[in-house]
Amino acid sequence: MNSDLSIRDIAKKLRSKEFSSYDLTRECYDLIEKVEPKIHAFITLVDKKDALARARKIDEHMTQSPLAGIPYVMKDAYLTRGVRTTAASKILDDFIAPYSATVHKKLEDAGAILIGKMNMDAWGHGASTENTDYGPSKNPWDLTRSAGGSGGGPAAAVAARLSVFGIGEDTGGSIRNPAAWNNITAMKVTYGRVSRYGAIAYASSLDTVGPTAKTAEDCAFVLEAIAGHDPYDATSSKQPVPNYTKELEKSIKGKRIAFPTEFYGEALDPEINAAITKAREVFVSLGATVTDVSLPMLEYGVPVYYILAPSETSSNLGRYDGVRYGYGRNLFTKENKRRIMTGTYALSSGYYDAYYKKALKVRSLFIEEYQKLLVNYDAILSPVTPIMPSKFGELLNDPMKNMMADLYTVIVNIVGLPALSLPCGFGKGGLPIGMQLVGSMFSESSLFSLGHAYQKVTDWHMQLPQVLK
Amino acid sequence: MKATLAKTKKNTSSPILTTADIDHIAKLANVPVSKEQAIELTEQVGETVEYVSKLGALPTENVVETAQVTGLENVLREDEIDTTRMFTQEEALKNAKRTYNGFFMVDAVLEEK
Repeated sequence: MNSDLSIRDIAKKLRSKEFSSYDLTRECYDLIEKVEPKIHAFITLVDKKDALARARKIDEHMTQSPLAGIPYVMKDAYLTRGVRTTAASKILDDFIAPYSATVHKKLEDAGAILIGKMNMDAWGHGASTENTDYGPSKNPWDLTRSAGGSGGGPAAAVAARLSVFGIGEDTGGSIRNPAAWNNITAMKVTYGRVSRYGAIAYASSLDTVGPTAKTAEDCAFVLEAIAGHDPYDATSSKQPVPNYTKELEKSIKGKRIAFPTEFYGEALDPEINAAITKAREVFVSLGATVTDVSLPMLEYGVPVYYILAPSETSSNLGRYDGVRYGYGRNLFTKENKRRIMTGTYALSSGYYDAYYKKALKVRSLFIEEYQKLLVNYDAILSPVTPIMPSKFGELLNDPMKNMMADLYTVIVNIVGLPALSLPCGFGKGGLPIGMQLVGSMFSESSLFSLGHAYQKVTDWHMQLPQVLK
Repeated sequence: MKATLAKTKKNTSSPILTTADIDHIAKLANVPVSKEQAIELTEQVGETVEYVSKLGALPTENVVETAQVTGLENVLREDEIDTTRMFTQEEALKNAKRTYNGFFMVDAVLEEK
């Protein structure tokens, strides 16, 4: 199974002609045929003939990019010229974008081969890919459980090796939560690190575009290709893009990791707590120091997020009026309506100050709290989700529980920080457990080296899901 | 402070919102909501609003709001037409469900006398 190889190895083998991009792409389609009916990760599968024709072309004119000839998938939240984009909502059921998102264009220019547009919670609203108009994605580790969300589709596909890597969008955990539940690695980037042009907006001040893959190293290869300033996204940063793959090997000896004790309280599943406590020891054995710290504002993260994100989404989704494209607003799901209504309420006259403005002020307090801590630490070691992969219906039917699934992820978006999510163990029934390393603004490189060092001495990330056995 | 008032508002389904509030918000948001949905949303949106109200406990008198985290301000570009990003009329209309003579069709806004 060549899709199980690292990007570094695939790039090498494509160039030594051990196998071709055509072979690799065909292999992915063969696997999709076998596995996809069980997990339902795709909304739109790119026509096999088109993908193979592109692979042939790349084989004939191999470029310098390490991603050339490598099949990948995107969460269905990105405009891809000529390939349907739905955001998992029937409102966009037959929408074919007339232009491509910058991230898509960059990957096309790098020679990567798009094979699918992936399932998600409609408009990014959810943590389980159940709130989709195209049927839920199933977890490749346990088909009775959710693949996480909102980007459950791309994560499940990467976990099942149907694709070498994926592109997700993280507004409150949508890249990291499914990464944790599917035993893959993913980077939620610093706000502004990757252009959002052509990304379907959920909450514009929180949305980020990032890679999901098998390892920190693979994520580094992808981020190198997609990061950077874009004149079409005024919030994209002009900070130079580091050579992430070179900096990966930097020693982590002496790196300082913070361990916020409030994060490891009652709200956290004991299995996740135990797994991350073990990971803590691994970091210590690698020469890092891990210190207990206090981040007492944890409990206010979800309230801030569930004011800001619904407020912004109520504005962003206002454009779907069925005039220029798409169908009518009656097709929003219950969860979409809940968020639009909550946001509209928080922004409405008389309540604006008490809710929206208040949340913006508390956002400042969060930024201050994290900035203070990250002056003295290279990373914060945090759980990704408080709970193990949920059974179907568990989150969908309980809006409060659905919100609490985001406990550890939303703060990172509120502050704008980068966070690397990576596998760190398994619980009962072989369900995957993830952890996240959160760093200061634009510290992706340092997070990658921490993750890479951890993955060199552990093999959680190399385990294959049940559905492939 | 209307918000404080809202918190003390009592009705049968939720301590925070009434179905009349939901109908009003639905109108503002231009989201069609059925009668049954309105009842469910009253409870669920009310529950969310009640939960997020816990921010009220944090003192923020002298705190400045943060709307975005880039530190960038007034990012401008030259006021020039970028022809590489222009759609043809056909492309612009391609995804519209209702068109007429090369235009988008919209519902009437003004009523006839």
